[in-house]
Amino acid sequence: MRSDKRKWIVLAAASIMIAMLLSPLASSHPDGLERVAEDHGFIEQSQPGFALSPFPDYVMEVPLSSRWQGALAGGAGVAIMLAAIWGYGRLLARK
Amino acid sequence: MSYKTVHNYKLEERLLVHIPDGFLDAKVWITTTAAGAGALAYALKRTNMTIGRQEAPKLAVLGAFIFAAQMINFPIAGATSGHFLGGTLAAILFGPWVGIVLMSAVLAVQAFVFQDGGITVLGANILCTGLVGSMAGYAIYAGCIKWLGRNNKAAGMIAAFVAGWGGIVAASAAVGLLLAWSGTAPLGTAMSAMTGWHSLIGIGEGVITAAAAAYLVDRKADAALKAASV
Repeated sequence: MRSDKRKWIVLAAASIMIAMLLSPLASSHPDGLERVAEDHGFIEQSQPGFALSPFPDYVMEVPLSSRWQGALAGGAGVAIMLAAIWGYGRLLARK
Repeated sequence: MSYKTVHNYKLEERLLVHIPDGFLDAKVWITTTAAGAGALAYALKRTNMTIGRQEAPKLAVLGAFIFAAQMINFPIAGATSGHFLGGTLAAILFGPWVGIVLMSAVLAVQAFVFQDGGITVLGANILCTGLVGSMAGYAIYAGCIKWLGRNNKAAGMIAAFVAGWGGIVAASAAVGLLLAWSGTAPLGTAMSAMTGWHSLIGIGEGVITAAAAAYLVDRKADAALKAASV
């Protein structure tokens, strides 16, 4: 149980590091669906997403380098995921 | 006008990760929104009954990990890129219903907070990556474990690799079906192109799923074995 808990803490730390540090290294090639959409001529059909997104395209608009903008957006995403699912779990447990 | 020019984004840096708005026609997105909402509601109900209080932090960490890992695109054959999906990993660790719930949470945060993936296609993305991906990955994992035996770590990793690969290929086939149903692309073309590229991308999915499952699976209380009745 003890080592089990440690593993999940390691995973949480790894998630924060991946989101904040590794995201600038992401591949520049189009992803699978986008490749298919380009090859078969329907990429033009794609529409912009949710207009009120606070961090569109994984960029936090702060007066820092683009690397920081991406790292902070990624970190915010991890924090939101943790808070949302943890909060939901707590809510259920209270019932 | 392409996605690039519409958004004036640096497409070299960020890519659309899931189905964007506009790829599915009205009948398909309305149907899949209803079906996706139904699938999520049912998955939440099943999850609420099976997941204990002490598991909530683990689910939160796993959801955060899937979100973070999905940000990273790895290059495939110099022509495309793949990214981790995670539904199979969640299903192996906590069962397929948790897989659907976590994928839905990731998709919602991506769409609403990061403008990644469409809103009208949220239901379709939940059905493809959540329902189809998690269920297929889970079924393949359970089948492999039954066949290879359950007390062997190497067998568990092989099972997780095959399940990760199969889960993402199944999810891509589901996307292909929806594209064809929408009239966006002919059925044969959509299916062969989607499953073709994703059978390569699936290798990355399989490797990450196997590595993470080997690290995290608690063999004494393996959710997949415990929940064989699911």
